[in-house]
Formats: sequence, C-alpha cells, structure tokens
Amino acid sequence: MNTDLDKISAKVKDASKKINKRIILCAGTGCVANGALKVYDAFLKTAKELNIEVCVELKEESKGMLVSQSGCQGFCQMGPLVSVLPEDILYTKVKVEDVKEILEKSIIGGEVVERLCYSENGSVYKGPNEIPFYKKQHRHVIKQCGRIAAEDIEEYISIGGYYAAKKACLEMSAEDICKEILDSGLRGRGGGGFPTGRKWELTRVQPGPKKYVICNGDEGDPGAFMDRSVLEGNPHSVIEGMIIAAKAIGADEGYVYVRTEYHLAVERMKNAIKKANEIGVLGKNLFGSDHSFDLHVMEGAGAFVCGEETALIASVEGKRGMPTPKPPFPAQSGLWGKPTVINNVETLATVPLIIKDGADTFKSLGVPTSTGTKTFALTGHVKNTGLIEVPFGTTLRQIIFDIAGGVTDDTGNVVEGAFKAVQIGGPSGGCLTAEHLDLPLDFDSLRKVGAMVGSGGLVVMNQTTCMVNVAKFFMQFTQHESCGKCVLCREGTRQMLLMLEDITEGRATEETIPLLEKLAHTVRVGSLCGLGKTAPNPVLSTLKYFRHEYDAHVKEKRCPSQSCTSLINITIDQDKCIGCTACARKCPVGAIKGALKEKHIIDQKTCVKCGVCVATCKFGAIKRG
Amino acid sequence: MENYGKFDRVCQILEENGKDKAKLIPILQAVQDVYRYLPEEMLAFIASSLNISPARVYGVATFFSHFTLKPKGKHIIKVCDGTACHVKKSTLLIDAIKTKLKLGASEMTTKDMLFTIETVSCLGACGLAPVMVIDNDVHGQVTPEKVSKLIDDIMKQEEK
Repeated sequence: MNTDLDKISAKVKDASKKINKRIILCAGTGCVANGALKVYDAFLKTAKELNIEVCVELKEESKGMLVSQSGCQGFCQMGPLVSVLPEDILYTKVKVEDVKEILEKSIIGGEVVERLCYSENGSVYKGPNEIPFYKKQHRHVIKQCGRIAAEDIEEYISIGGYYAAKKACLEMSAEDICKEILDSGLRGRGGGGFPTGRKWELTRVQPGPKKYVICNGDEGDPGAFMDRSVLEGNPHSVIEGMIIAAKAIGADEGYVYVRTEYHLAVERMKNAIKKANEIGVLGKNLFGSDHSFDLHVMEGAGAFVCGEETALIASVEGKRGMPTPKPPFPAQSGLWGKPTVINNVETLATVPLIIKDGADTFKSLGVPTSTGTKTFALTGHVKNTGLIEVPFGTTLRQIIFDIAGGVTDDTGNVVEGAFKAVQIGGPSGGCLTAEHLDLPLDFDSLRKVGAMVGSGGLVVMNQTTCMVNVAKFFMQFTQHESCGKCVLCREGTRQMLLMLEDITEGRATEETIPLLEKLAHTVRVGSLCGLGKTAPNPVLSTLKYFRHEYDAHVKEKRCPSQSCTSLINITIDQDKCIGCTACARKCPVGAIKGALKEKHIIDQKTCVKCGVCVATCKFGAIKRG
Repeated sequence: MENYGKFDRVCQILEENGKDKAKLIPILQAVQDVYRYLPEEMLAFIASSLNISPARVYGVATFFSHFTLKPKGKHIIKVCDGTACHVKKSTLLIDAIKTKLKLGASEMTTKDMLFTIETVSCLGACGLAPVMVIDNDVHGQVTPEKVSKLIDDIMKQEEK
C-alpha cells in the first residue's frame, strides 16, 4: 500500500492545534502498579465535573484538553507520573486526591502545584528540563516513550515516525542500508555487542528467497527492563526498525518474541501491529515499493535460555528452547533453516534514528568503539531508580551520583559512603567496585575488568548487601535456567550453588573456595552457549573483589554484612525492652512472645529474620548479630 | 458425555491454531489459560491431534517455567526474585508468606487450594522493588507486614 505519511502527519498537526492543554499519564508497569489507571479515570471524571472540555484521542473533532496514556517515562520510583503540556510540568507520586487540584491550578489557572513537583535538598524542580534525573541524560532511543500516546500510530507518524522506513524502502538499496548501519558503528544492545551492520550484511549475502527477521524481546535478565519500556512506550519504533532490517536482508516475514511476563508489552505490540497493517506500513508493497513485510507476535513461555538466538529459534518452531552449536549461524541457517537476523529490541528501535539522521550524527555520541547511547535499568539502593539513557563512555560516578541521586541505606536515605558495588550485566556480568567509579562504561572497557554491558541492568548495592549472597543468587538463577543440554552447565552450576550454600550457611571448609574457583573455570570452558559460558562470572568477579567476605564466612563463620540468615540471630536485649508489644504486633510470623510491660523473647525456630522488629523497636532493644 | 465435553475448548484452540505443530507453545498457553494448568490427558490429546509424539509435548510442557502440570490455587501470589528485588530482601517476603500460609519447604499450594505462591525471576518493575503480583495486581515496595495484610484481606473476602 502507498501510505501517505505527509497527509497523516498534517492531519494530526491540524488536530493538535485545537488542543490547548495536554495531560500525559505514565502507564508503564511501574506507574500502573502505583495506581496510575485510577488517576487516569479520576482526570476524566473530575474534568467533566469542572466543565473542562476533555478528549482522549487526537482526532479531527478533538478539542480542549487531551488526556493520554504513555509508556514508561523512566522515573519509576516517583510514579504515578503526570506531565502537563505545553508548560512541561512533571508531577510525581500523584494520587486520585490530587487530581482536582492539578486541574484547577494548572489547567484552569495556569499555575504550578509545587507540592507535587520533584524536590531534592529543599529545591523544587518543575519539569524534566530541570530535574537532575532527566537533565543529565541523553534520551534518544527512549525519547518518545512518555512523550506520545504509546498506541497512537498517527501521533508516531506526526513526529517523524515511519519516514525512515519509507526512505529505506524507496531511496536505499539493501547494500546501502547495511553500509549505513555498519558505518554508524551500532553494536547489538542485547549483550553480545556484535556489530549490527555486519550481522545484516552476512544475512543479506545468503542466497534464497525466504529470510526472516526476529526481534528478541525475551528480556530475561533479572533487574533489566529496557526492552519492556520500549515495547510498551514506543512499539512502532521497533516495528519500523524491523521493516528496515527486513529490507536490508531481503526478508518478508518477521517475529517479535516477547516474554509472557510482560503482559502489557505483548498487548501493546499486538495492537501496534494491527494498526500498522491497517494503514499499510506493514503488509504488501510498502510505500509503493516492491518490499513486503508481515509481522507476528510470539509469546515466550518463561525460559531465560531463549534469549540465546538458537534457543529462541527452537521455541518459535514449537520445540524445547535448547541452543544448538554455532556454526551454522542463524544468518546462514536460522528459523526453519532459512537465513535469519535476530536483533534486540533496543537495537531495532535505534535503527530508524540512524537511517533518518545518518551514521555521522549517531556516531557523534559515545566513544569510537561503542557509538551512540545505551539505556540502563537503574535499580537497587539508589535514591532515584528507573530507566535511563546515556552516551557510551559515561562513568558510573555520573550515573550513580548525578542521575540517580546517590546511594541509600536500607531505609531509603542517601548516606555518604554507603556505596559498595554495582552489579552490571545480570547473571552473565560481574560487579564493579568503588575503584571503577570513574571507568567509562562501554563494551570494551567493561570486558577488560571482567564485567559486561549485557542488556543493561545496573543494580547498585550498599554496605548491607552480602556479596557472597549476591553470587549465590545469580547461581540459583542460572542453575534453574540451565536447559540441561551441557553436563558442565547443568551439573557444574548445581555443584557451584551447593558450595555457595555451604559458605553462606556456615558449613564450608578451607577447601571450598579453591574448589569453587576451579569448577567456575571448568564450567566456563565446557558449555555450549552464552548461558553456561558466562554463568561463573558473578562468582569469579565477587571472588576477585570481595574475597575477604568469602573468607569471613568460611573461616570466622561470620557474615560481614549481617545478611546471611544462618549466620545471624535477632535477639532482644532484656535490659532495654520495656514490653511495649510493638514488635510482637508487627512480627509477620508471630515469633515474638511476651505480654504488655513484660520482657519479650524471640522464638528462634519460628523467626524468619526479616528484620521488621529491628526497624519497629523505638528503644534500640532488638539487635542483629 | 461430560468427559467428552471437557475437550471442546481444546478442540477449538487446536482449530484456531490450524493444528500447526509449530504453534505448540501458543496452543499450550491457550489451554493453560482455560484450565489454569495442563491436565495430563490433554497433553496426550494435543499430541495425537498435532501428529507428534506425547514425549515432545511433555518435553515442551515441562521445559518452560510458565507451564504447570499441577492444579494451582485460586489466588496466585507471584513474588519477584529478580536482582533488584533480591537485594531489597525479597526472600524474606517469601519466608514470611510461607510461614503465614503454613506451607512446608517444598509446598507451593495451600491444602484448601486457595493460594499458590510462586517466585518469578523478574517482573520488570525493578524501580519498585521488592515487587509482588497477587492475581493480576502488581504491588510495589512490599514489606512482610504489607503482604500479611494483603493475605488477610483475601482470606476475609473468601469467608464471606
């Protein structure tokens, strides 16, 4: 179909002239969990009560105030987020009760409700242009997530969407596209960092009429949610990237593979594909060219290993998701034995920007060997958690202290010197410590220190985190997710996990650590796919930087962070307890016994060591140790 | 006759997917949505309908963690044990829920079939860690006290 993008774009721009105010609610998973949908309903209801003209879609007949739902705006901890345009005010933690005030003051009165603005150290920040969390980022790939209605294809077109696909279909040859992407230096955002242009070129030169493009949205790394945010917030950018990839390699069919846990992302993607088919940017003869492209959504069924290319292909074919040896690479023999390109969500969402603005503009950000920007899921013990995007080469210090606002203690207050480590790259990655705070983050510098960019999960940990426990956590994960094909991955990770359990539960001997180290190297060598090859990384990297913590567990049977429950007891200091019963009432398992004004005692057998009582006691009578 | 009746929905799902063996995973997902688990006789039925071995269907059904061969409780509590939730002490939540529901170490479903507790690797709402999903509602920044109250609320609802 020859879709007229200019006409659609002009229509949207005309319609938006009649809109005088716009409210955008973040409807990403995080904000929805905090009640964003209730706030959305309240806006519509209250606007009617106040006689404000309100519409929910950008159509010819729309006028007055437009209320829309966007994808993830990234500032998850401050949700639900509400933006007011054109003033560009961002309200945080908005509740149903606040809606009336926002409508009265900001929409009717044109004022700012300061108490709902983000504030830090006594200063109030009005909008994303002022808030440090946003101001210090470079949002390119995720720029539109949160600025447009996620499901509105026409609005996506009006901000320049699908023009890159049109350019690729009409003005560029397959070779041109591959060359442009190669020149841009774009490397795969899913973890491997393989040059995307080269991957496409390898697939392009394969003979045969039938080829496939697959978008890998099986974002299984715990602690990573970049792909989810892009799929939810701007699904059309991914579709557009896939159209371009398909043209570059000569494919006419594609799959978007999304984890089933990402319910909202699956729904939004299905909907986006339906709309793209309706207006003809998917289907036969796109923009009047001879390029045709059909797209399907495939839901994963909960297996981390399916993030590996060959395992993903097996599961699309309806088989168990087990990897196969490479070569042959998917570029040669992939889905149903046909040449296949598999790219990560973020990589594909970056492609339209490169085609539109050119490789040189893209290269102007980042460092020579890692060009452009990267999104990171910033979580753990920091003041501001959420989704961020920065150029490659940004240092950890800038991310943690400037953007994230510093490291917090267990109660959420920023504390000097609380920083202990950052885990980067999920179960395949490693940890970075204070000595790496000024290391520029890029593919190669991270590999040198034994970590990796991975898909971009950054988990910040404070001094109360036990690093042996962290290593054990990742080992549990990889052990559970090992598909069982390779003996060393299946049995080796199991033995490593048992050894780590021995260490955290106080049964380890002097021989445990050397044996663990030896096995880690063996598993690395003896596994077929990335899962097994990288599974020992968290152990090796914590051993490298935090060996003293391992030693304390083994030799002194002591957990320095007082976090391993087998090595600590929670007790009540009988001299300080006044018998107020506060702890006994709060204890979720009823382990604390004692009547009013009598000394309380913790039943150690029932106690799960959750620490609620420690936080509850106002008299400092309850101690871990 | 009622024994035959229970296969109606499966037949419909198979038809919708064109009895295509490549669509085994979407078929199993749809069947589990209807029955809340995958009954063994269904697996054999699906295998013969798609003309593949029951071993292959069983293999796929047991490989992916989303599938379950055991009936689940009425309310499903999914506790996220992703990295971010883990460092924010989600294991303590799991312990607290299990103790609260009087579940043994390997038990996941209560005897009255009211609750099933599951851990999932990451729900992608890391900004709100620790996170938990009860049925389809996501709860962020959960504490052992908060979860205890949520369970009490459901129990009260059920008693009515």
